[in-house]
Amino acid sequence: MTTLIEAEHLTRILPATVPVTLVRDVSLTVGEQEFIAITGPSGSGKSSLLYLLGLLDRPTSGTLRVAGQDTSSLNDDALARLRLDMLGFVFQFHFLLPEFSVLENVKLPMRKAGRLSSMEMRDRAASLLEELGLAGHLDKRPDQLSGGQRQRVAVARALANDPRVVLADEPTGSLDSKSSEQVFQILQDLVKKRGKTVIAVTHDMDIAARVDRRIHLVDGAVVSDERVAQPVV
Amino acid sequence: MRLILELALTHIAGRGRQTLVAILGVALGVGFSIAMAALMQGTEKDFIAQLVDTMPHVQISDERRTARRQPAEDLFAAVQFEGLRPKEDRRGILNPAAAFASLRSWVPGRMAQSLRTQGVVRYAGRDVGVSVIGIEPETEARVSSVAGDFVEGSFDSLRAGGNNIVVGDSLARRIGASTGTTIQVVAPTGQSRGFRIVGLFHTGNNARDEGETYVLLKSAQILSERPNAINDIRLRLDDPEEANESLLEALVVRNVVMYTVVGAILLVAGFGIFNIISTITHEKARDIAILKSLGFTQGNMRRLFLLEGLALGAAGSLVGWLIGFLLCFALSQVEFKVSGAAIGREMTNLPLFWSPWHYAIASAFALISSGVAGYLPARQAARLNPVDIIRGAT
Repeated sequence: MTTLIEAEHLTRILPATVPVTLVRDVSLTVGEQEFIAITGPSGSGKSSLLYLLGLLDRPTSGTLRVAGQDTSSLNDDALARLRLDMLGFVFQFHFLLPEFSVLENVKLPMRKAGRLSSMEMRDRAASLLEELGLAGHLDKRPDQLSGGQRQRVAVARALANDPRVVLADEPTGSLDSKSSEQVFQILQDLVKKRGKTVIAVTHDMDIAARVDRRIHLVDGAVVSDERVAQPVV
Repeated sequence: MRLILELALTHIAGRGRQTLVAILGVALGVGFSIAMAALMQGTEKDFIAQLVDTMPHVQISDERRTARRQPAEDLFAAVQFEGLRPKEDRRGILNPAAAFASLRSWVPGRMAQSLRTQGVVRYAGRDVGVSVIGIEPETEARVSSVAGDFVEGSFDSLRAGGNNIVVGDSLARRIGASTGTTIQVVAPTGQSRGFRIVGLFHTGNNARDEGETYVLLKSAQILSERPNAINDIRLRLDDPEEANESLLEALVVRNVVMYTVVGAILLVAGFGIFNIISTITHEKARDIAILKSLGFTQGNMRRLFLLEGLALGAAGSLVGWLIGFLLCFALSQVEFKVSGAAIGREMTNLPLFWSPWHYAIASAFALISSGVAGYLPARQAARLNPVDIIRGAT
């Protein structure tokens, strides 16, 4: 199994008059096609760890290698490039651009990467959205969709550049149980059918119970990291 | 780059009212400064035209000649003579042909010689004292501003006959004459001749319109019994500033005032842009976080907001050009009557000077200030840490 993310002694301290330690000495490796849930009580540093793994934030100490590259030596632009190519994000709130259509929102990361022609981008965005059950909503604006639909658009956007890892921060946190189930199914399909690795921060125990690997944090430190053999669906 | 531009335009279009206010702010700044510049430069040109151009730039005349010392005073210095009367000299510039030729050889510009004398115009029982100016029509036309003020006829009409005269329209009205009328001109020498009016001019300057008449140089010389005499050489320099330096230096102060006012207007417009871009960056903090998390770089963000500022500046400039143009047009339509007697000339329209430079400078200033106004918030936006915003949102 190839290692995608390798963290060694990651610590993130928020500088303030009374420094706050968000993440404390976390070491872990993430391989291909893993479905990982990061759980823990609120304020335990789940999201902070996810942002570190997702290169949105830099650790105060420790090393982080993504796809074999040591990220501490990279500048912000290089990190942005790595995010663009390797990682996709889904947040608790959909974070779509409100002025753009659903299709345009999904095309955005592709346009930034600039690898595909305009037609190819359209086709890819449309097929991603169709696979996520949004075939009839391509030209709608985000505010014309329901919360669950928006979250699915966000997933489609995260997949736009075919990343190897999808990072989700409370992806079902603001959804009702039916939509939550839908989004969970989609994330699970990403791992099982598309071979992605999904790292999701969640406090939804129902979801946490159904993933392959659970990392439990308390006060920024890993207290348990267990792999669970899920029954084959 | 196209993507960034599209994002910028979408951001701007997304806030219609604010965008409109910002564009209007810039547009008014640009428009008013254009109108202001046109008006200031127009009045300046008008000022120069009235004060400098109606008069020749350099005038050489014989007015200050003192009486020559009489031979009797030299011979009988020991004796006091009472009532010694100086010999009457023929007045005029000494040796005018040589003086004219020597001036011509080195002075850059055009020149004309004339004989200026006094006379009385007599017609239908009315007498009016006037200046009778003997001229050479073709050279005079190149020096005098009157050449452009003819209502009827021209200087050239004089050449048709030795007894032709050109007068101001006020004078003609005053004595009740018109083109074709023969009037009597009486010179101080007692000479009197009939002249036929072949042209009327209207300079707007009452003193001239009522007090100047032009005849051929030869006629004037005969009238004043001074054959070949010239008492006036006028030069029109190619570069009038040389002759009127002190006058034109006074205009520098006006220009400083103008550029200060125009600059202030544009500065205010620049603050408007700064304000809207700042607001957009604050409101769009979430978008910045999203775009950065998607893999957009700091440079991209900086360019995004800089472009928004420039787009507002450019749109404002274009609308401002229109406003400036319309304002100038409206100002040029303003007509007012000022009594010519009070200020010596008539003014019926605001003098406006149209120059593409006004437009270019105003919009260049608008673009620069909008660039600066956009850059400062843009830099701030680029530095935003997406994590802070995402945390704040949850």
